[in-house]
Amino acid sequence: MSVLVFIESAEGEIKKSSLEAVSYGAAVAANEGTSATAIAFGSIDEAKLKEVGKAGATKVLHVNDDRLDKGVIQAYANALTQAVEKEGAKVLVLAKSSLGDPVAARVAVKTNAALASNVAELPDTSSGFKVKRSIYTGKAFAMVELKADVKIIAIKKNAVEVKEDGGDATVETFSPELSDADFGVQITGEERQTGEILLPEADLVVSGGRGLKGPENWGMIEDLARALGAATGCSKPVSDMDWRPHHEHVGQTGVKVSPTLYVAVGISGAIQHLAGVNSSKYIVVINKDPEAPFFKAADYGIVGDAFEVVPKLTEAIKARK
Amino acid sequence: MKILVCITHVPDTTSKISFTDNNTKFDSTGVQYIIGPYDDYALARAVEIKEQTGGSVTVLNVGEAETEPTIRKALAIGADEAVRINAEPTDAFFVAKQIASHAKEGGYDMILMGRESIDFNGGQVHGMVGELLGLPALSPVMKLDIEGDTAKMAREIEGGKEFIEVKMPFVAGCQEPIAEWKIPNMRGIMSARTKPLNVVDPVDSEKPTVLENYEMPPAKGDVKMIDADNVEELVDLLKNEAKVI
Repeated sequence: MSVLVFIESAEGEIKKSSLEAVSYGAAVAANEGTSATAIAFGSIDEAKLKEVGKAGATKVLHVNDDRLDKGVIQAYANALTQAVEKEGAKVLVLAKSSLGDPVAARVAVKTNAALASNVAELPDTSSGFKVKRSIYTGKAFAMVELKADVKIIAIKKNAVEVKEDGGDATVETFSPELSDADFGVQITGEERQTGEILLPEADLVVSGGRGLKGPENWGMIEDLARALGAATGCSKPVSDMDWRPHHEHVGQTGVKVSPTLYVAVGISGAIQHLAGVNSSKYIVVINKDPEAPFFKAADYGIVGDAFEVVPKLTEAIKARK
Repeated sequence: MKILVCITHVPDTTSKISFTDNNTKFDSTGVQYIIGPYDDYALARAVEIKEQTGGSVTVLNVGEAETEPTIRKALAIGADEAVRINAEPTDAFFVAKQIASHAKEGGYDMILMGRESIDFNGGQVHGMVGELLGLPALSPVMKLDIEGDTAKMAREIEGGKEFIEVKMPFVAGCQEPIAEWKIPNMRGIMSARTKPLNVVDPVDSEKPTVLENYEMPPAKGDVKMIDADNVEELVDLLKNEAKVI
């Protein structure tokens, strides 16, 4: 019996959310008196795979097949299922993501597993195997018992801290049997934000709303984000008006974030926006309307004109870092 | 084109969430129910595709009798017929099994649904339906065009989007901006009353997950207001109190 952790990477870099999954898997394994094995797909340097050991895995299976540089869901699910069987894994851990969700769902069916997604804490194994899931878009939790032999846990981003005290992992090549049918879906291209902090993975986020008055004023948001080391986001009206790309839209129907700090500038705080940010540890709201509903959800608030407050705040942060 | 759209019946986004019976049941008192917002986008795109190519849209819900007004709304938006599988949707695999069982006989060219429900936020059902039927399942799909027997899609990935081509049939979990959200008009509402809504019994299925109870997150403390002329105080608080910078 072991704990298996599915690792996602982009352009050869392992995602932070996957390292969170490794640390979660290592904690589950320690509790069960076993070890955590990670599995990674596509072209990744061996040195990077060894480093996964720092987060808590003792072994990494590497499916070194460049057809898997892109996240072909069926191929990943088939390979992962074979790895679960090979390792005799009773627990599979992964990060909830646009790839993790559909892959986990297929693996759950293939392995007759019980799957819990959006998991916020380590399992309670005192009687049965129970996990706490975030539901109602962060407005509540559900305790769920997983009743099958194989348990699959998709963890919510930023729910777990990445451990950094482990040693190097051993790396083994794993060659699952994949057929042409697994690659029936053709990924013909992608557009990816590069060189900046990815919003769904970010620990700090600065978002702007309609109060910014136009896309030409976004430099101010970017300056504050840069000073903090934060990702940038926006409200739905802003992405609807094409001031910012859709992948920056934070909210109920956009990206749901759970950073340690969320700074909202010129966003009134419609309930649909709050639904995307209510898992944030700290919320700062800057708005010139003292009645903006967002202040009720905030930890710190400033009533003031964003065009005056934000540059001053940026300078103050730069001076103190 | 024969399209199946699976919808959820969920509390309106603005609903206050609370529980009863020692935190084991959702308190629906005063709660307004709607079609899941992501499902609404899937339905809107299905209706658009039907308008372009002909064919039919069947809407399916796994739920008990109280979901019928939500199903009628989907008919008013443009679905041609509806199926309600008469069961409480308490587990993603159970729901997927019901959908797959219906779809297996239906000969659908595509099965669309939302990327996730806004109550349980699992995002699992589309993938499970795909696996149960041996079909590709893509999610979250934000663009979907049909050319001959091929679907061209854009799928949102972290920090961008991925472009995909897949032969029909397939399953897709949808999200905005896949279509213009549709609001039923009076003609649609009137015609929905006479469209067929078939109620069928569920097939046997295990439920690998069991909900024990609910919990509310800890109450939020009061906001600390800071003078706009004293941003230094905010930096102090973020550095020394919150310890986030």
